[in-house]
Amino acid sequence: MPDLLLELFSEEIPARMQAQAAEALRKLVTDALVERGLLYEGAKAFVTPRRLVLAVHGLPGRQSDTREEKKGPRVGAPEGAIQGFLKSAGLASIDHASIQSDPKKGDFYVAVVERPGRPTTEVIAEIVPQIVRCFPWPKSMRWGSGSLRWVRPLHSILCTFGTEVEDPEVIAFEIDGIVSSDITYGHRFLAPAPIKVRRLEDYLAKLEAAKVVVDRDRRKDIILADAKDLALVHGLDLVEDDALLEEVAGLVEWPVVLIGAFEEEFLSIPDEVIRATIRANQKCFVLKDPKTGRLANRFILISNIAASDGGAQIVAGNGRVIRARLSDAKFFWDTDRKGTLEGRLGKFDSVTFHEKLGSQGARITRIARLAQEIAPQVGADPALAARAALVAKADLLTEVVGEFPELQGLMGRYYAQGEGLPAEIAAASEDHYKPQGPSDRVPTAPVSIAVALADKIDTLVGFWVIDEKPTGSKDPYALRRAALGVIRIVLDNNLRLPLLPLLVSATRPILGEAHYASHPHDVFHVGALADKMVSDLLQGLARRLLKLAPGADLPAIERAEGQTLSGDVARDLLAFFAERLKVHMRERGARHDLVDAVFGLENQDDLLLIVRRVEALQRFLETEDGKTLLAGYRRAVNILRIEEKKDGERYEGPADARFLVEPAEERLAAMIETVKPQVVEAVAREDYAAAMAALAHLRGPVDTFFEAVTVNASEPQLRINRLKLLDEIRASTRAIADFDRIEG
Amino acid sequence: MIDPALPSHMRPDRSFQGLLLALQRFWADQGCVVLQPYDMEVGAGTFHPATTLRALGPKHWRAAYVQPSRRPKDGRYGENPNRLQHYYQFQVILKPSPDDLQDLYLRSLAAIGIDTALHDVRFVEDDWESPTLGAWGLGWECWCDGMEVSQFTYFQQVAGFECAPVSGELTYGLERLAMYVQGVENVYDLNFNGREGAEKTTYGDVFLQAEKEYSRHNFEHADTGMLFEQFKMAEAACAKYLAAGDAGERHLMAQPAYDQCIKASHVFNLLDARGVISVTERQSYILRVRELAKGCGAAWLKTEAGGATA
Repeated sequence: MPDLLLELFSEEIPARMQAQAAEALRKLVTDALVERGLLYEGAKAFVTPRRLVLAVHGLPGRQSDTREEKKGPRVGAPEGAIQGFLKSAGLASIDHASIQSDPKKGDFYVAVVERPGRPTTEVIAEIVPQIVRCFPWPKSMRWGSGSLRWVRPLHSILCTFGTEVEDPEVIAFEIDGIVSSDITYGHRFLAPAPIKVRRLEDYLAKLEAAKVVVDRDRRKDIILADAKDLALVHGLDLVEDDALLEEVAGLVEWPVVLIGAFEEEFLSIPDEVIRATIRANQKCFVLKDPKTGRLANRFILISNIAASDGGAQIVAGNGRVIRARLSDAKFFWDTDRKGTLEGRLGKFDSVTFHEKLGSQGARITRIARLAQEIAPQVGADPALAARAALVAKADLLTEVVGEFPELQGLMGRYYAQGEGLPAEIAAASEDHYKPQGPSDRVPTAPVSIAVALADKIDTLVGFWVIDEKPTGSKDPYALRRAALGVIRIVLDNNLRLPLLPLLVSATRPILGEAHYASHPHDVFHVGALADKMVSDLLQGLARRLLKLAPGADLPAIERAEGQTLSGDVARDLLAFFAERLKVHMRERGARHDLVDAVFGLENQDDLLLIVRRVEALQRFLETEDGKTLLAGYRRAVNILRIEEKKDGERYEGPADARFLVEPAEERLAAMIETVKPQVVEAVAREDYAAAMAALAHLRGPVDTFFEAVTVNASEPQLRINRLKLLDEIRASTRAIADFDRIEG
Repeated sequence: MIDPALPSHMRPDRSFQGLLLALQRFWADQGCVVLQPYDMEVGAGTFHPATTLRALGPKHWRAAYVQPSRRPKDGRYGENPNRLQHYYQFQVILKPSPDDLQDLYLRSLAAIGIDTALHDVRFVEDDWESPTLGAWGLGWECWCDGMEVSQFTYFQQVAGFECAPVSGELTYGLERLAMYVQGVENVYDLNFNGREGAEKTTYGDVFLQAEKEYSRHNFEHADTGMLFEQFKMAEAACAKYLAAGDAGERHLMAQPAYDQCIKASHVFNLLDARGVISVTERQSYILRVRELAKGCGAAWLKTEAGGATA
């Protein structure tokens, strides 16, 4: 069966777009083929900086013929219907249609549309130009006088089709003056001459001879292996970097790995800064000295040519640029250390954090206050936590972080250490940003924990107050990550930290600022101004009245004033935490419905307890006792629901002992009386296993009850009393979770 | 390859002016009109009306010129070996962009002594955008052995208008290229006139004092009161000329109006270097200049050179 080879040869394609473009080409072409009835055996796409290539293997030579019967109107139908039918079936006259008889409908017209399969080449000649014209580049452009869009100017298209044994034919088409052919070109500098190609095998081989490695993965392998070898020769280890490898593989067609050096004096700059400098600006790899574990004064560069002098000039040129860049970096690093972190804080007042949330300065003050509040609950010294929070963001104003934002936090640690600040503060500078992602480290030092939580909670609360919550796939402020960070810090450190009071407390200064400080235009707005005056007047009045009252508690009044709004925000945010917790626990194998069941109870804001409760509940429900009790619970609740609806009344326990007549109901009532306080007491002790064990005692009596007792007794008093007993079952489970939300 | 007939003081790898002349010669051979610098202070060669305005409209155009460029913020009092507040750009604009523009560019590098058998020349993605000119394009920064030596752009939009045909724009950083081919680490050590011994004049001889003086001016003394006034005056004058030149289907004063746009842009750069423009104001100044540029672009399209039909 014949194969297709397609190459789109252009000026340099941005490295970051190459992989996606290759995949898009494969998908678009193969989908279009399949859609037209052309199934294939295999397809593979390749990409280099100058070419997108697709090979489709095992295609049929032509489409199969199709025969379709189209039913039309009945014989003698109105002219309009007949004309419509002719048009849709593509018939010139009704004489070309045949007539079929149906016992029920009578005679009607049928058109037989026979479509002979077209040659595959013809189909491809149609498909490819369409795909080229609408190719999904993230950014595309026009050039010269043409109107075609491509990522950069497109120069030639190679398109051949044929089997191994024959000379493949060129599939002929033209796109904006570019005529398809069987010609490609080798490496821009090393072998630029045109090359005539038959099919994939000789395409790959001829290009390899013309210094082009077409396969991106192979280029990556070559780079990595050669870089490691070269490092080894110099007694060093390559610092591997997947993202950089991806990028450089997209910058060269013929990778040649070379090694260069820079002056040892630059090693006084922190390793991370050296690496960021060399990587970001020069796209070179750095090397580690295995003896010291630190960077060596060497770099590895990937050239696109095998130079006639063995690369000496290329190495020298790159070395010169790297030296200039490192001089800049060293200058930044030295300049930064002339000032202190705390000395920079004043400048944050003129840096905007977010137009609706005021300055960085205000935000840092809030974080410090919150860190101080959290500190005692996580075993940190409050004053130290507050100071660490003030210092933690100060590196944002340093030159190094200005140049390399990805080094934020880490530079703070270096500078704090250099200034001789307490070790806890240095650690918090780096660790308060953590965890950044699901695989990132979680801070464990108490001061770092306090600052990290304060930072994340302030962010969440702030964006909640100004109603910039994440929606769907949009989460520009990474609020999901912030919430997950809080969850992981609390859980991994086994922290008992009720969230609600913290959220309310964090909300208050933001609400104050949002309304009176960072929203001055609100105040200038006449309506808002009037509102504010009226509410201030009313507040003043209320305050004065209350002050007159004996024993008035002024702080309490102030608290009450801000409480409704901050309470709303905090509760909404807590629900968001519940959602994130669910996702987090589900990823670790917990049942999300159990998380819901526990959150279904009022005021659940202690993440650690929630998790422990869910875990105990999950274990319990996996036991025979648990399953049976759940079944009994559901039966009880179903009956209750039906009967309560019927009576329009809600039945609440306890049952009246005087109307317990059957031994089974007496036993159940007695057991509930024993179990209920046990469960409550165990939950209060936070011993959820014991609570479940106590609850398990209900299983037998509940089972027997349903076997021996008819709830809907004819005697109304008995019936009502039994319904109350059922409610007791419901009520005793409530101490643990809302069993209604348990699924399965 | 460097023209072997050149005397040694004219060789682009020996002399800064030799490099500049070699590029002029090369592009003159490609049919470019070789212009002289625009006689106003600009931040980049793109601001020259030969690029900004000529990129608009249907008429074909090929030009090359050196443009002294001023970036007040980049001044370093002559202390940094790579940064200058005044430097030279060599600018080439070809409209429509020819199919072999990359090859032409590489040949121009060869003409100044960059041998692609020895040096690793690379086209690395770099999309260009000038917020003040309302312009953008796609292209690359061109690397030679890891050093950015040129900017290569296919203009897609200028002054808010689609470019059709598309211009190809090449901008060479002359000092950097010269440092590279001369093998010099400090810009002030560049040999300017290609002579040796007592006859030799360096880049530092020509510009070091100016760098120091202008750094003082740009960062410390530029009269901000006057500059704020100048910005307003240029902005008002631009609007005035645009209105006065508007003759319905045609426009009669697009270029004088555009001069005022250039003026406003440079004054803004000076104010920015003095640090008297806040982050929020900054954006609004950029938008104000862009509005001027858009007005001038629209006016240009109503002139003969802009392709308006008579």
